[in-house]
Amino acid sequence: MTKSMGEKYDAIVVGAGHNGLVCSALLAKAGKRVLVLEANQQVGGAAITREFADGYLVSACAHLLYQLQPEVRKELKLATRLATEDMTTIALGEDGKHVRLKTDSVEGVSDEDAKQYRDFRKRMARFAKLLRKVFNKTPPRLGNQDFQDFLTYAQLGLDVRMLGKAEMEAFLRLIFMNIHDEVTERFEHPMLKGAISLDAVLGTHLGPRSPNTMMTYLYRLAGDQGRAGVPAGGMGSVSNELAQAARGAGVTIRTGMPVKRIIIENGRATGVETESGERFDSYKVISNADPKTTLMKLIGAKHAETGFARRVSHIRARGNAAKLHLALDGLPAIEGLSRKDFAERLVIAPDEHYVERAFNPAKYGESSPNPVIEITFPSFRDETLAPTGKHVMSAVVQYAPYGLKGGWNEEAKAAFMKAIIDTLAKYMPDIEQRITASELLTPADIENEFHITGGHWHHGELSLDQFLFVRPVNGAAQYQLPIDGVYLCGAGAHPGGGISGAAGRNAARAILRREKAA
Amino acid sequence: MTIVEGPVREAVPQGPLKTPFYPRVAKIDTVNQWHEWKGFSSPDALYCEDLEYFSIRNGTAVFDLSPMTKYRVTGPDAMDYLNRLVTRDMAKIKPGRVAYAVWCDDQGQVIDDGTIFHLREGEYRICCQERHFAWFQAATIGFDVDVVHETEDIAGLAVQGPTSYSVLKTMGVEGLEDLKPFGLIHVDFQGTEMMVSRTGFTADLGYELWIDPAKALDLWDALFEAGENFKIRAIGTHALELARIEAGYLAPYAEFLPVDETIRTGRSRSPLELGLEWLVDFKKPNFNGRRALAEEKRKGSTWRLVKLDIEGNKVADSSYIFSNSKAKGESIGFITSAAWSPVCKQNIALGTVRTPHGKPGDTVWVEIYYQREMHWNREMAKATVVDKPFWFPPRRGATPPGPY
Amino acid sequence: MKSYDAIVVGAGHNGLTTAAFLAKAGLDVVCVEKNDYIGGATVSRNLYKDWWYSNCSYVCSLLRPEIYRSLELHKHGLQVTPYDGSVTLMENGDYYGGYHDAEAAYREDARFSRKDADAHKNYSADTMRQCRLIRDFLLRTAPDPTSFKPRDLMELARIGGKLNEMGEDRLGETIRFWTMSVAEYLDEYFETDVIKTALSASGIIGTALGIHSPGTAYVLLHHYMGDVDGNVGAWGFARGGTGAVSKAIAGAFQAEGGEIRTEAGVDKFIVKGGKVTGVALDNGDEVHADVVVSAMDVKRTFLNCMDKSDLPEKFYNRVENFKIRGSSGKINIALDGLPTFPALPKGSPLYSADIHFTDSMERMERAYDDWKDGTWSKDPYIDMTIPTTNDPTMAPPGKHFMSCFIQYCPRQVHGRDWTQEDKDGFQKSVFDQISNYSPDFKDLVLHAEVRTPQDIENEIGITEGNIFHGELTMDQLMFNRPIPGFAQYRSPIGGLYMCGSSNHPGGGIMGAPGANAAREILMDLRRPNTVPENFGDD
Repeated sequence: MTKSMGEKYDAIVVGAGHNGLVCSALLAKAGKRVLVLEANQQVGGAAITREFADGYLVSACAHLLYQLQPEVRKELKLATRLATEDMTTIALGEDGKHVRLKTDSVEGVSDEDAKQYRDFRKRMARFAKLLRKVFNKTPPRLGNQDFQDFLTYAQLGLDVRMLGKAEMEAFLRLIFMNIHDEVTERFEHPMLKGAISLDAVLGTHLGPRSPNTMMTYLYRLAGDQGRAGVPAGGMGSVSNELAQAARGAGVTIRTGMPVKRIIIENGRATGVETESGERFDSYKVISNADPKTTLMKLIGAKHAETGFARRVSHIRARGNAAKLHLALDGLPAIEGLSRKDFAERLVIAPDEHYVERAFNPAKYGESSPNPVIEITFPSFRDETLAPTGKHVMSAVVQYAPYGLKGGWNEEAKAAFMKAIIDTLAKYMPDIEQRITASELLTPADIENEFHITGGHWHHGELSLDQFLFVRPVNGAAQYQLPIDGVYLCGAGAHPGGGISGAAGRNAARAILRREKAA
Repeated sequence: MTIVEGPVREAVPQGPLKTPFYPRVAKIDTVNQWHEWKGFSSPDALYCEDLEYFSIRNGTAVFDLSPMTKYRVTGPDAMDYLNRLVTRDMAKIKPGRVAYAVWCDDQGQVIDDGTIFHLREGEYRICCQERHFAWFQAATIGFDVDVVHETEDIAGLAVQGPTSYSVLKTMGVEGLEDLKPFGLIHVDFQGTEMMVSRTGFTADLGYELWIDPAKALDLWDALFEAGENFKIRAIGTHALELARIEAGYLAPYAEFLPVDETIRTGRSRSPLELGLEWLVDFKKPNFNGRRALAEEKRKGSTWRLVKLDIEGNKVADSSYIFSNSKAKGESIGFITSAAWSPVCKQNIALGTVRTPHGKPGDTVWVEIYYQREMHWNREMAKATVVDKPFWFPPRRGATPPGPY
Repeated sequence: MKSYDAIVVGAGHNGLTTAAFLAKAGLDVVCVEKNDYIGGATVSRNLYKDWWYSNCSYVCSLLRPEIYRSLELHKHGLQVTPYDGSVTLMENGDYYGGYHDAEAAYREDARFSRKDADAHKNYSADTMRQCRLIRDFLLRTAPDPTSFKPRDLMELARIGGKLNEMGEDRLGETIRFWTMSVAEYLDEYFETDVIKTALSASGIIGTALGIHSPGTAYVLLHHYMGDVDGNVGAWGFARGGTGAVSKAIAGAFQAEGGEIRTEAGVDKFIVKGGKVTGVALDNGDEVHADVVVSAMDVKRTFLNCMDKSDLPEKFYNRVENFKIRGSSGKINIALDGLPTFPALPKGSPLYSADIHFTDSMERMERAYDDWKDGTWSKDPYIDMTIPTTNDPTMAPPGKHFMSCFIQYCPRQVHGRDWTQEDKDGFQKSVFDQISNYSPDFKDLVLHAEVRTPQDIENEIGITEGNIFHGELTMDQLMFNRPIPGFAQYRSPIGGLYMCGSSNHPGGGIMGAPGANAAREILMDLRRPNTVPENFGDD
């Protein structure tokens, strides 16, 4: 039997991921009494810093900050301190000849490529700006006659028109294109093509030839033009800062309180029950968990209608990105890199075909024998993360399909680990000797640790059929589920994942607006 | 690549299959008029559809129901599952009772109607026209329930008409005295369990028998032997269809289209539009279509099903319905089923009209085209909207039933 | 040199369709064709003894009935006879038959999964709903979303209205359908691998995409469109082979006084002051007209037959970037008798069906991986038909013509042209696969014509030999097809029009681009329209 905790909240947020924190803080600032319940001992969800080996700390899941929306920063008065900012992407060449990609310039390629890159990025920046606008709005409801929705449509149409005829034509074509075609149309240098392809497919179940990968590329730019940074103290410090902002606004955050279920009584949410049997009452329950977990585990599909439950069950959320953490007794040797380059973002994606071939096995439930890798050495600029003189490598490795044939047992993990180390060793011959401890988080591990279905960063594949009006599914794209009092505020909702806070902010605004209208 | 070699698999049967009762039905048949019903041969008529019809109203008519689609629902959540699936409150349907029900999609549009038999505590059978396994499976998400397709595992016979009680009693079925409409009992038939329900499609005294296909022919023989003195006749679909219209019951593909098979939006119907509001229990916190139906109830429906008593005797098949006698302006709807009722001596029809037209007591006009010796004639016939079935005799509900 | 009102370049089915509708409006039209036969890829050819090969396209499902009727093609010898069903022969010795009879089809599905059998009707209805939506756009010109012209705005509003009337749920499903992969789409209905595989092929035929590529669900429509509301005879063979279609359209054209010149390949479009004035033929002749219509694909039209300097640079680049990808090959075979498939019962009607050998989604996708690696599929997807089981006119009695459509097959092998050795290897992959299921097949082969995308490009003239004249991805559909801003059959050159499958709504023996182009041309010439309207929502 559950006992009610007496106090009634205006809203309960399930999960203290960064979106949950943003949402709760904004609600609290609007005068709501908000309780946040987090299963883990730490706030942050997938945006945390934790010790993975004695004395070595790492951003356990997300490790680069791309898209934290300026609106979120402003409204919550955040002043995130970055250890590294505006990182250069260095596409590693085996021969030590690397290509360096910056926001609007590239080095190590032909003049023609460099010019094309400038044009490309300029255009991408323009389109990304448009997307950013869209990302910070609640998508209109399809087939709805609502005036607010009509305005959103009209604004969207106008914004696209404002691009001008030529750019509008390009935009309407590009968003459906694949990155492979775009890079082969524009560029010659294989590593340049490879690095851009990688950016388009990282965190997805797509290859560069998959249509719509232009859109996923743009997605990455929709924050700060794709400028990546590493927060001082790891991603956990962003979450801590958000938690502080939330508490400052009056939010109660309780960690180590896994929610067992969202209580539905008479067809509406009335509160939550924790694993420990405590009950908290509220007529608004906002889930930062992914949509599948929210409906299937927390609410119970029986409380939804069949069509909706089926749609949610069809959400594709098969994670493909593994996270690798290495404790190193020193920086590895990489030919052609200066010491300060270790502060940058290194990628292994020698050409676009390599990336495509890495993707192929994922379609059949196999991991890539030659994976693509995104590497950072967060300890390089941030001594708090490793013992003096020692270093941490934090890498995202693809493809490691969630639904691996035979499952992610120790053997499968060891085999994949070997493929990764072999790949790394081509660029860092001494890497193996430098490793003193390691941790490989496959999507299955990420699912377990962070309670994300499929271990998918975005809580659901980022593809056009799960985007905008139909994210996470048709009928729930406005942050409200078709069950009274239940809302979504996580990456599974519009616009998607990444440490952006957009979903959390949009959800808070949608909830407040609806309340006002009622 | 090596291809496995083995005996050739014969093709699945092509053309209609034969039901367990087929040998007996075919033997009686003299007119050789058959159609396909969900993959099985079913007779239009067997000797004379008019006489077959009167056996429903005057004696005992036997109709082979075996092709009806059947699903078994079991498991701890069976009742909750059904309660979310259909619009009415299944908690009120106790073991031994049968519920007529409709199920909707999330938009409150009817997928199908059917009868749900509460066979035993926590064990149900859904019996309907169309196939819905995919939908019923999808509906299991979140429930501890097992749904099994069992169409071919059960043979069914409708035994309908004023003497049907006497026939079954003569055959040795016990316990019928207390069996009320929409009740069911399990009885022994020659060592095999048989389910008898007081249900039917005729609005007359009648039963349906459900049994293992292996015993089908024995059942048929015993039934006809028992019915010898009670005017027992096998009938075809046409006779049953006439009785169905007299009863004012709905048929899929006539009064409504299963929404999941419609290509065009707006060609489906909600239970409210089909006059089935009594089947929609808004007190249930959640069921498929609840939100949409609540909204529809608030805003008003688009369509309304009407039962029409039409003047004259020209059958109004496929007619347009107008609000005036001159057929001025747009039609307000159309006829979905029509017949001349031999027992009521009445020109009757079911139709669908746009609201606010079609309230009981309203007068509407029906544009009837009919053919006499090659030539076509047109008649605007006045029709009254009625709210009761055209045929609903007291003997249908009498418990215990009378002997005839 | 004689001059005409209009010249149509290329006597493929679309070129002939445009020509016929222009001639019907009273224009003096000539259609010039580089080969010594007409039809382009819509052709029947006598390449071996008494056998006639539909040696490019081989089934006729999409030809718009409005065009058929308007041009009275039956009077010009066309007769499309329906054929039934399909079958997938499986590695485990079983087979999955797709039967025309709904209940037989149901029983076959139910052998594998009762749920799949029941779900099939939902799949069909949901897909047909999309067909109905798109069918309405076929004989209409796509609106330009960047334009403020009343015509475009009205058409956009019309499309908006069509979408809106579907209602929220179905509109959401529509957005998903247009953007998702055919594999994912099928996963939502079916659990049986072979059923999904059999249905998935229509999502990739003629494209350089795999079944897991987003956007391939939409491609299904390009193969299903004939089927809305269960039109009988939607899938059929033209009696006498596919060439009968182009022959009939040519007949209609000639009956209106049109002239066809074969062996008259175009070397260049003659452009003066931004306007086209005629064409220069390979043999040095010139033909003049103020209206010139190219039925060739958009790349061949503008990259091969025009001076770069005559075109705006941006347009030229866009054409260069238009994706036409060779993804399929064809092998046409003369057979000494009907091959046997031991897995099928003797005399099975499935011998007259589409026959396939790919029984799993993984095999289907792996066939694509080979293509991405620059080679033909080692375990290809074959769409095999034996039209002579249906049409007695194509081979001597007792003998047969077999058409194998093979996917995937690239335009170039590892970036270079095909060698004879490559072609042999390609043929071997196909023949070996067929022999796996039909031990007597190889012994029955009298003659085989192997056609790679390169062969089709060289002979027919279609860039990369692609059956759709361009990929059917969203970035190349509707107002994006072939080039944004030029999706209404006009080109940047005055008087020069496009009517081939590179244009909306795309390829297949549909005739819609040809008809739509004729309508636009007649509109510009202020002539009465002869092009029929969509039959509408029946």
